[in-house]
Amino acid sequence: MAQVMTGAEMVVQAMKDQGVEVVFGYPGGAVLPIYDAIFQQNDIRHVMVRHEQGAVHMAEGYARSTGKPGVVLVTSGPGATNAVTGLTDALMDSIPLVVFTGQVPTFMIGTDGFQEADTVGITRPCTKHNWLVKDTEKLAETIHQAFHVATHGRPGPVLIDIPKDVQFATGAYMAPQKAKVSHYQPKLKGNIDAITQMVEMMETAERPVFYTGGGVINSGPAASQLLREFVEATGFPITSTLMGLGSYPASGDKWLGMLGMHGTYEANLCMHGCDLMLNIGARFDDRITGRIADFSPNSRKVHVDIDASSLNKVIRVDVPILGDVGHVLEDALRLWKARGRKVNKPALAKWWKQIAEWRAVNCLDYKSSDTVIKPQYALQRLEALTKGMDRYITTEVGQHQMWAAQFLGFEDPNRWMTSGGLGTMGYGLPASIGVQIAHPDALVINVAGEASWLMNMQEMGTAMQFRAPAKQFILNNERLGMVRQWQQLLHGERYSQSWSESLPDFVKLAEAFGCKGIKCSDPKDLDDAIMEMIRYDGPVIFDCLVEKHENCFPMIPSGKPHNEMLLGEADTAGAIGAKGAVLV
Amino acid sequence: MSPLNIKQGSTSHSAYDLRDPNGDVIEQHTLAVLVDNESGVLARVIGLFSGRGYNIDSLTVAEVDHEGKRSRITIVTRGTPQVIVQIKAQLGRIVPVHEVHDLTVEGPSVQRELALFKVAGKGDARIEALRLAEIFRANVVDSTLESFVFEMTGTPEKIDAFADLMRPLGLREIARTGVAALSRGA
Repeated sequence: MAQVMTGAEMVVQAMKDQGVEVVFGYPGGAVLPIYDAIFQQNDIRHVMVRHEQGAVHMAEGYARSTGKPGVVLVTSGPGATNAVTGLTDALMDSIPLVVFTGQVPTFMIGTDGFQEADTVGITRPCTKHNWLVKDTEKLAETIHQAFHVATHGRPGPVLIDIPKDVQFATGAYMAPQKAKVSHYQPKLKGNIDAITQMVEMMETAERPVFYTGGGVINSGPAASQLLREFVEATGFPITSTLMGLGSYPASGDKWLGMLGMHGTYEANLCMHGCDLMLNIGARFDDRITGRIADFSPNSRKVHVDIDASSLNKVIRVDVPILGDVGHVLEDALRLWKARGRKVNKPALAKWWKQIAEWRAVNCLDYKSSDTVIKPQYALQRLEALTKGMDRYITTEVGQHQMWAAQFLGFEDPNRWMTSGGLGTMGYGLPASIGVQIAHPDALVINVAGEASWLMNMQEMGTAMQFRAPAKQFILNNERLGMVRQWQQLLHGERYSQSWSESLPDFVKLAEAFGCKGIKCSDPKDLDDAIMEMIRYDGPVIFDCLVEKHENCFPMIPSGKPHNEMLLGEADTAGAIGAKGAVLV
Repeated sequence: MSPLNIKQGSTSHSAYDLRDPNGDVIEQHTLAVLVDNESGVLARVIGLFSGRGYNIDSLTVAEVDHEGKRSRITIVTRGTPQVIVQIKAQLGRIVPVHEVHDLTVEGPSVQRELALFKVAGKGDARIEALRLAEIFRANVVDSTLESFVFEMTGTPEKIDAFADLMRPLGLREIARTGVAALSRGA
């Protein structure tokens, strides 16, 4: 006999049955019954945020660092609309989220009621799927379906909009095992003929490269393990997108560094010069490809992706393989071994010799200083002083994000949380709290720029209330650094509105929130200051005053191919043409 | 430094063009999409087309299986071959979409549209309109002393042709259903 309960109780029961431990949320009129049900139990922890956008980014941080779906609960109207940026962010980066929104009672829908918004309409393009549940009897099944959809196939955010009368009404609870999910079952196994073709290409390739992305991480730790084994066994070089950092260890000798607009010289020239490109769970994003017509002109391309719409969307590939990265790698590795573990050794040796020449360019080199802290130096010190620790890194968006990707090394998947596709300033602080909630004893650092960080700084209150000792490592240049860099290169050094006057005193701000503030402006004090931050038992706002006009290199200007990279200030004159100027 | 480091301003081009040589050819395709008849499903499909900048030439939708709660959406769209493939893949990943069929490439199909024409006129024009309607096998479904409403089923081309003929004879309004299509054979 099915248990009869209220809709609000069903929400909580369904969460428990789905293994939810933490909910990030903010109460309001249209979700009061659910909050009442949360009050009367102790299994699910609720983290009360300061703004709904923060709740969604926290859930993203939680999801990306655990591999489990992040769960959000917000009210109707403004609660739902505030969640939209986070939903879009999660959709672009394929992060599994289940978001519950309250709604005005069913009989009031369409009357422009207080705090009414067309939530399913507004969030339709920024969720993987969404539901408005008008009948309590269907609520439990819908929630189970929502968890299924969020976590199967290409992961993404889903939303369930629940009118208040549906929360009050009673109905029969349906257990997860009975929910109908048969229709949405994306294909996991790749076509074996295509995989065979891929393996054949790998056996003869002279200049191969693995180009991996967030799909490897989304596929789970086993996929990263298989990737590592494959790379070691074949001896092929490997690069990764911003989203895929950590799937192959940065300390590995086959590692080329990140590729793309601010990727390394060796990674981008490998992409340009390769004769076989193995795209494993990446999507040929425009930050990666540069000018499409000149993208890796002499290579045959294999693309493994779980989403059919990613295949041949931007770049025509020779061998598209629809399937889960882990499954495809497993089949490919087994097949390659069974066929005698062949690679073109002499050609590979030549290829590595070429790569060594590219590496020798030392593209991440920068002009160091004794008097001001260079942002790159700050990150190098952070890396050196936290290496080997149980460390998770989040970032905001901009120059600091690219420097973090360049200068911090990731040895494992799920350790690096950054807003890639949408590029959401204000992501990192709440994400770091979400990560810290999931890993209470780990060292969680948000590498931030001061401008991005201010966008969601209210969440320091959440960090304090819920004892999430996430460290806020702010590279403060008093500029919108990336905007300023583009204005310098592209808009005749007219720095329109890219300078923040009246920044807060971050140390006093930290004190106001009740946490610790550290200010550092001298390179000689940096190590001690970083150690002080790490050792402090609680959240820290670290105001690291850095060089104000540092540019992020290497850089492939918009509209340019991989082999036309700017390596430093000397290359920048007239770098971006009129055609590139219209691109972002 | 390596030979691959071609400096800015170079005119180097790819060894082969990555674009399909026929990439700029615009094709018209008729897609049949079987969906769960749930609230918002049509908005999802239309939102996909507007959000990604695809074209809709015509669109029809109705429930075709009341028990199974399935609707059939028939979309006539146009685009380059690459865009058509994208449209199908994007439709396929909408959660309540069960099947996507491209009737243009999956073999022969029949396509029909229903249209209503209001034609007003007197004297010879009125007689000519009625005579042409007979030739086109259009039915008169409403009649006054000054007007007819004709009903006609056919391919979009036939309906276009009839509309062109009616225009000088006093065509006032047209209502068209858009294309419904099925593959031929079992």
